[in-house]
Amino acid sequence: MAELLKHDVVIVGGGAAGLRAAIAVAERNPNLSVAVVSKIYPMRSHTVSAEGGAAAVIKANDSFEHHIYDTISGADWLADQDAVELFVHEAPKELTLLEHWGCPWSRDPDGTVAVRPFGGMKIERTWFAADKTGFHMLHTLYQTALRYVELTWYDEWFATKLLVDGDRCYGVVALELRTGAIRGITGKAVILCTGGAGRVFPFTTNAITKTGDGMALALRAGVPLKDMEFIQYHPTGLPGTGILITEAARGEGGIMVNKDGYRYLQDYGLGKPLDVNDPRHPVKRTMELGPRDKLSQAFVMEMRKGRTLKGPYGDYVLLDIRHLGEKKINEKLPFVRELARNYAGIDPVYEPIPVRPVVHYVMGGVDTDVDGRTVLDGLYAAGECACVSINGANRLGSNSLTECLVFGARAGHHAAEYVASAPDPNDSVLQKQVEEEAARIRKQFLEKTEGKERLVTVRKDMQNAMEDGVGIYRTEQSVQQALEKVLECRERFKEVYLDDHTVSFNTELISALELECMLDVALAMCHAALARRESRGAHQREDHPNRDDENFLKHSLVVLRDGQPKVEWKDVVITKWPPGERKYGADSGLPTDQK
Amino acid sequence: MADETIILRVLRYRPEQDSEPTFQEYEVPYRKDWVVLDALNWIKEYKDGTLSFRWSCRMGVCGSCGMMVNGRARLTCNTFLREFYPNPITVEPLVNFDIERDLVICMDPFIEKLKRVKPWIIREDVKPVEDGPYEQSPAELYRYKQFSMCINCMLCYAACPVVGLHPEFIGPAALALGIRYLLDSRDQGWDERMEEVASHDGVWGCTFVGECSEVCPKHVDPAAAIQQGKVMATLDWFKRLLMPRGQR
Repeated sequence: MAELLKHDVVIVGGGAAGLRAAIAVAERNPNLSVAVVSKIYPMRSHTVSAEGGAAAVIKANDSFEHHIYDTISGADWLADQDAVELFVHEAPKELTLLEHWGCPWSRDPDGTVAVRPFGGMKIERTWFAADKTGFHMLHTLYQTALRYVELTWYDEWFATKLLVDGDRCYGVVALELRTGAIRGITGKAVILCTGGAGRVFPFTTNAITKTGDGMALALRAGVPLKDMEFIQYHPTGLPGTGILITEAARGEGGIMVNKDGYRYLQDYGLGKPLDVNDPRHPVKRTMELGPRDKLSQAFVMEMRKGRTLKGPYGDYVLLDIRHLGEKKINEKLPFVRELARNYAGIDPVYEPIPVRPVVHYVMGGVDTDVDGRTVLDGLYAAGECACVSINGANRLGSNSLTECLVFGARAGHHAAEYVASAPDPNDSVLQKQVEEEAARIRKQFLEKTEGKERLVTVRKDMQNAMEDGVGIYRTEQSVQQALEKVLECRERFKEVYLDDHTVSFNTELISALELECMLDVALAMCHAALARRESRGAHQREDHPNRDDENFLKHSLVVLRDGQPKVEWKDVVITKWPPGERKYGADSGLPTDQK
Repeated sequence: MADETIILRVLRYRPEQDSEPTFQEYEVPYRKDWVVLDALNWIKEYKDGTLSFRWSCRMGVCGSCGMMVNGRARLTCNTFLREFYPNPITVEPLVNFDIERDLVICMDPFIEKLKRVKPWIIREDVKPVEDGPYEQSPAELYRYKQFSMCINCMLCYAACPVVGLHPEFIGPAALALGIRYLLDSRDQGWDERMEEVASHDGVWGCTFVGECSEVCPKHVDPAAAIQQGKVMATLDWFKRLLMPRGQR
């Protein structure tokens, strides 16, 4: 058996959170050796697809209090307020660091960083690089990280298991795609930065790689997943492909209309529309700039009323940006135009864009504190795969890119300190775990001689069950049906037989390991969605239509006890903002005493 | 309509069993809104799970899925079958790279070249983060913005005849990124970066065929970057002649 690949800190994932964490470790202690383990080359990470921007208070008309209140009310009071306060205070520094590292933020004429409004915001505070913000942030981080010789790049290595000795985490087992070698990559701290799990659903903005790997690894190691019932549907995806049309399209003034050309959002408690030529349009926290959960729910209601349009890929409504004019579209939303032309076959300068809600983001994730620590010593998580939680029941657009930076950095800093005092692992214990995991993968997939299931059919059945049962609106019955189907898919997964039994760049094997992760994540989502018998933010239970603070102002925790998923609860941290009614439209925004 | 099909001729190479690459033909359902990547995924999911290729975002921004489509370097996620139908489509890995397996190329040389141009901001004086962002006017941003749009898809390396003849040539994408940082008002790394950009493997290797800019899916125009780089390198040479290092 090959020797362990030894480092001090092992980071799993090379997107914004992982790269920020890697730089943070290297900056904090240049003597530490850091492994960056990523199943794809870091610059391919899904951060690249984020379009609209990253939130941080920088302009004189804004304040930390506004950002905090927007985030907490947007989260339907399920966010931990201490985490939100810290996040908001550290956000400007993190985005400034990106600026110092070369990120081409769009600018105002005076040379300062420009901001734009996003949904659910009282004041505009989204920094942007045209409409390719995630792309520029990711390449800035990756290119900056290349200067640190302390980093060892395990590009195209897939982590399959956490190494645990006693009650501490000491690394991962990972499969090198090029050779098929399965090795132990060890360190005294592991930071999971593997992103979201949108691919658990059939229709998602997420890249093929977003399969909840880090969440599943943590769950299997006995670490709880928090708030997994909260799945964000973005209101504007292209039908068919699910490609995202950024919220910035509405931030710049785009409107949403139904089949009658009517701005239907006015019927759903989001305020009254202003004419697009009114200089006050778009009004923040109103109409098209309402939060994502409410806009996606409004779509379903319109569909039930028969007021949506019908297309080959189901119902849709229209996002109209024509009134912005070609010049502004080219300057502020060039990618929107490129995507609509390529993938919807229309030019948004002349025609409205067909859109429908699409799975975009998992608010839940690995349960961590504000330093990214989990209940397992030595294991950290940051970014979408973690749940701190600042997003609660509904994340505000443009908080997630900033979250990757703030909590990636905090996890990296804490891990750098932790490894100095953590005890050494017992290498032979870890080596044995590596050998067992390698044997499992060979036996279950490569050396298997028969099996009646094909990967794709199991995956599609799981995805459709999740969409049908755990979608925008749920009931106990619908979630129960999804759970039963997921359990059936987990049984059928054991019967999956791969075509490919070779070792070199076996991408079918990777797809199988990813599906195994998704089946765990789907299970956690179903259990959490069943247990929360109330409606809050993105979790809308039609059999329990109201928010119930008395019983459910709590985070759900799904944890494996003796191999069985159990739901436990944890209090939400409330500091200064007692739970209130979420208001959008005319009387939205801060409570009167803070206006 | 549902019965229409199209033929994909795909280059196969599995290092464990093949001594050299061979073509394999697949008959795939033809759909007007399918891209070449959709067809490859249909093959992998329903017909032949052994076919390997890279992809991720399927929206033209991650840069993973570059391949030769009918002899031309393309992103397969935005190359539609309808462009070729009813004729067969030949899909091969990007040329000028070693093949890892099937349609997967070896990225190692590119990553090394990227590091050579030092694609990060170099400062002699570092501004404390508490002092806020650097100012950069829209005009200063415009100077380098286009060259910062590179998605590292490497289509330009497959298109560039110099890369094929002279493997050490840093190549269009990495040079454009080096020049992007040279043009950034926040950067002070002129001397150390210019050593690579103006080297034998740098801008002077380019014979200005311009194919890199033709195939670039993001209109980065690396050929224009390299021409700017040549002007900058010439000025740098004169400066050094008049004022040797250390005296500036």
